[in-house]
Amino acid sequence: MPQPFDHPHPYPGRLIIVEGIDGSGKSTQLQLLQKWLLNQKYRVFFTEWNSSALVNETIKRGKKKNLLTPTTFSLLHATDFADRLAHLIIPPLKAGMIVCADRYVFTAFARDVVRGVHPAWVRNLYSFAVRPNLGLYFKVPIEVSLKRILNGRIALKFHEAGMDLGLSEDPKESYRLFQSQILEAYDGIASEYGLQVIEATQTIQKQQTLLRDMVKEMLKDYKPTPFLQKKENVYVA
Amino acid sequence: MSRKHAPFYGSGLPYVDVNEFTGKLIVIEGTDGVGRSTQIEELKRWLEVKGYGVVTTGWTRSPLMGKAIEEAKSGHTLNTNTFSLLYAADFADRLEHEIIPSLRAGFVVLADRYIFTAFARSVVRGADRQWIRKVFGFSLEPDAVFYMRIGIEDLIPRVINSTTLQRRYWEEEQGEGLDYWESGMDLRLGDDFYDSFVEYQKSMLREFDKMTNEFHFQIIDASHSFDEVNKALKQGILAVLQDHDADEKTRRD
Repeated sequence: MPQPFDHPHPYPGRLIIVEGIDGSGKSTQLQLLQKWLLNQKYRVFFTEWNSSALVNETIKRGKKKNLLTPTTFSLLHATDFADRLAHLIIPPLKAGMIVCADRYVFTAFARDVVRGVHPAWVRNLYSFAVRPNLGLYFKVPIEVSLKRILNGRIALKFHEAGMDLGLSEDPKESYRLFQSQILEAYDGIASEYGLQVIEATQTIQKQQTLLRDMVKEMLKDYKPTPFLQKKENVYVA
Repeated sequence: MSRKHAPFYGSGLPYVDVNEFTGKLIVIEGTDGVGRSTQIEELKRWLEVKGYGVVTTGWTRSPLMGKAIEEAKSGHTLNTNTFSLLYAADFADRLEHEIIPSLRAGFVVLADRYIFTAFARSVVRGADRQWIRKVFGFSLEPDAVFYMRIGIEDLIPRVINSTTLQRRYWEEEQGEGLDYWESGMDLRLGDDFYDSFVEYQKSMLREFDKMTNEFHFQIIDASHSFDEVNKALKQGILAVLQDHDADEKTRRD
């Protein structure tokens, strides 16, 4: 039976997602996009790839006690995503809003495969997900992302650097190795799923202009539902 | 040891070497209240007397998941996807930390339920059959699956009787009986626990029956007495272990 991810979704809203490694600038771009959309009186709903209460404690305990395997790591994040999809993504889409997601299922496709699970397995896992109307991949070289991340703080976080994978004792080197593999996985995924690639070494303004053009194109046939137009004060992002 | 079947059902665990397994994985499946647990207790004792190392494993509450599933259930916040995925995470943890190490160490692993229970529960709740099978594609194919089959007319008196129902009602966290989830109350199949239980279990039994050929279940008629069922299970297990011992001998020779 075909799964939701194989088809355009049936909801009146629109789903825009951004992907890319840490330090690719995707969150900055998404924030600017939201400002622009809100300024045009669109109803916008923002959501990010964070752990919800449902499995948050389990993931934390698993990391602390080193109980997580690539498979359980992947399954717990999928559970978490399924919960957020049901509570934070589908309802605003049904209400006709523009949902902006900072990271989506492609994060799991890239990261979990680098951690060791089967690529086809993790894709099936998330096949209940809603297919985005617009998927953007911010492509950036490792060195640029590393510079951007370290610019804001002194050290890299343990899991961000993939230190649990034992690639290297040195956090910076571990980050390089781990994120290079993720980057490679993302490149494959971008062409597999037709994500729009944005060269994230360009200036912020240049990238934002490209982004807004793509969103304009996507919103051509978008009409907020009459329900929303009447009671717009009820739905505040 | 050479296994007769492909070791995994689907995509497997790419980072696990399955060539070093010397144990046997024997699964006892069947719906809620069919008497699996008491049979397994007796089978374990019997195998240990014969000199086999035995590990039993149940369903839910792995070290990783702890009470996460109970807590999620008690809040009734689960949907079909989160329900299915939480059970998959729980099972993966037990598979990787309990079942696989035991098989490596040469134990006979008696599993009280396996992925088929998860398939039935998820499908009854609206999950896609192929999706849930692939989700569990990391699972090992057991050496044998004994399905304790029972009709709804024989199942009801097993569960609706003074011992079981009273225990369920007065003691917390019992695994069997008219529990909210095992009655499928989340599905609103009937107005009260009894009606819901009957409808839910009927759907579960239909799913199990559908899986019989697909997964080569060996059917054990669970409507018979404890001793008769036990005898049938022992015969089945002996056949598996004889194959196993013959394999071992060939390997040594």
